[in-house]
Amino acid sequence: MPPRFLVRHPYLLLVLAGVLFPLVGSEFWVGTVAARALIIGTMALSLTFLTSTAGLVSFAQAGVAGVAGYTLALLSPNVTGVGVEVAWPLAVGAALLMGTLAGVLVGWVSVRSSGIYLLMITLAMSVSLFYLVSQNTEVFNGFDGINGLKAPVVWGIDLRAPLPFYGMALTAAVLSAAAVLYLDRTPFGSQLHALRNAPRRVSALGFNAVALRIVAFGVAGFIASVGGVLNTWFSGQMSPGAVDVHAAVNLLVVAVLGGIRHPLGAFLGAITFVLLENYAASVIDRERFNLVIGVVFIVIVLFAKDGLSGLINQLRVHLNPAWTGGRRAKTRRKAA
Amino acid sequence: MHTAPILRVRDLSISFGAVRAVDRVSLSLEPGERHGLLGTNGAGKTTLFNAISGDVKLSEGSIEYKGRTISRLPIHRRARLGIGRTFQTTLTFADRTVEDNLRVAVMGSHGPRFAIGTWNRYGAQVQAARAVASRFRLDEVMEQPVATLSYGQQRELEIAMALASDPELLLLDEPAAGMSPQARGRLIEVLRSLPRSITMLFVEHDMDVALSLADRITVMRDGAIVASGTPAEIRATPLVREIYLGGKH
Repeated sequence: MPPRFLVRHPYLLLVLAGVLFPLVGSEFWVGTVAARALIIGTMALSLTFLTSTAGLVSFAQAGVAGVAGYTLALLSPNVTGVGVEVAWPLAVGAALLMGTLAGVLVGWVSVRSSGIYLLMITLAMSVSLFYLVSQNTEVFNGFDGINGLKAPVVWGIDLRAPLPFYGMALTAAVLSAAAVLYLDRTPFGSQLHALRNAPRRVSALGFNAVALRIVAFGVAGFIASVGGVLNTWFSGQMSPGAVDVHAAVNLLVVAVLGGIRHPLGAFLGAITFVLLENYAASVIDRERFNLVIGVVFIVIVLFAKDGLSGLINQLRVHLNPAWTGGRRAKTRRKAA
Repeated sequence: MHTAPILRVRDLSISFGAVRAVDRVSLSLEPGERHGLLGTNGAGKTTLFNAISGDVKLSEGSIEYKGRTISRLPIHRRARLGIGRTFQTTLTFADRTVEDNLRVAVMGSHGPRFAIGTWNRYGAQVQAARAVASRFRLDEVMEQPVATLSYGQQRELEIAMALASDPELLLLDEPAAGMSPQARGRLIEVLRSLPRSITMLFVEHDMDVALSLADRITVMRDGAIVASGTPAEIRATPLVREIYLGGKH
């Protein structure tokens, strides 16, 4: 039987696994594969937060992360010679702020639409951003983007090195996930769930449903921006490729793979995605990755409606070991 | 005794394209009054009702609440002024617990609305939710998701949520719709027991429910008011007898 606090807070096991992973993983696995999964997971978390609480979908989260990424790139030293160089904490702060504002803007523009129309309008905004950055050469340097970006050295720790970078990505992912799980237990979280269930009722009760939605998009924008900043440092560049339709679709695929009904599905999806990406390259041709991910996507959508997190949940309910104090254990105790 | 009306609807008209759903309707409710709105399907009751709550935009006329014109206020602003409503088709937060439904409802009109402490910090609101629950005997099922409740209980929650926001004017859209006779009786009992500090306007198809609850009744047909008076007067009106007792629909 595991220690009591781990049973009561199973998510701590995940954090523990993340912390211990560098002990078993090689530098490549830690600094490249795992760090990338955490970054993609954080960006996808912004989407699963929206879907699992407020029932909102967005194709624009990669774009929002891109706004943060471009802001960071333009305010950091780069080899392209664009933008203005400022101290890195200022650049990161500005990136998070701009990304959050972009999220708010997405929420504000799309405030009257839901479902498939919401998906379309957010896709349209995402595509607009892509064309803006790819066609503007003076500020964004067009298709070539902004290159030579590096994570800073803080208190003698080079955040570019694999282990520190992994630590930073893990910290960001854990804090973002904790924030989302925390919000779920607040009145604000309850109100978002209410919005998903019956928006008309939410207004009739005295809530400004429009404001609630926009704030939810703002929170999602902030989380996407955290991922966007890390992604920019990870790839060392910011180019239109990070905000194209492909990037938007990938994020949606990651979220659906992991399951959009649980916020942490984002990380399950991201791990699967990154693993497939690495193994597909070695098993069959690298060009065939989209085929592999497509097939996995279809299988998940067909056979596991709520993605991998839904599967885990089913498994948990099915096995339901007594020490978790689950529903079945309780009923048994009652019956006894 | 004459007091200023809590709700006054003046020459209200609502058109959807060429269709005039509500046609120059005037209505006024005294504080504490229980006012029933009767009429066949398509008579314009629900449209009038939705105009008062803010769900439907009015084409002409005005709505005053406590002496203030609210015709152009959005739904949530009207709710915060003390206008609560229920829905004909149950509109609850189905996959959330009964407790969560009620405590969210409590915070709607009184706030704090953008609260990001954990629920433990809002003891007063949670207590208020429990108090409403016990009035409807929902305290037994507080931890259950709404979707697992019986239909009757869901209807009761529908009304409990509106009451949780502590309204001064309560708009009930067919509160007893689809309920069993037994549950209906209990519901009427609860509604009758509400303090007179709450004014009620309700739409109801069931004559028995309407007549046993209302102080005054307004009958609508084709978007206009055709009769208005006490339950006894309404019962005696030939037109109402025609509409409700074997007349053509």
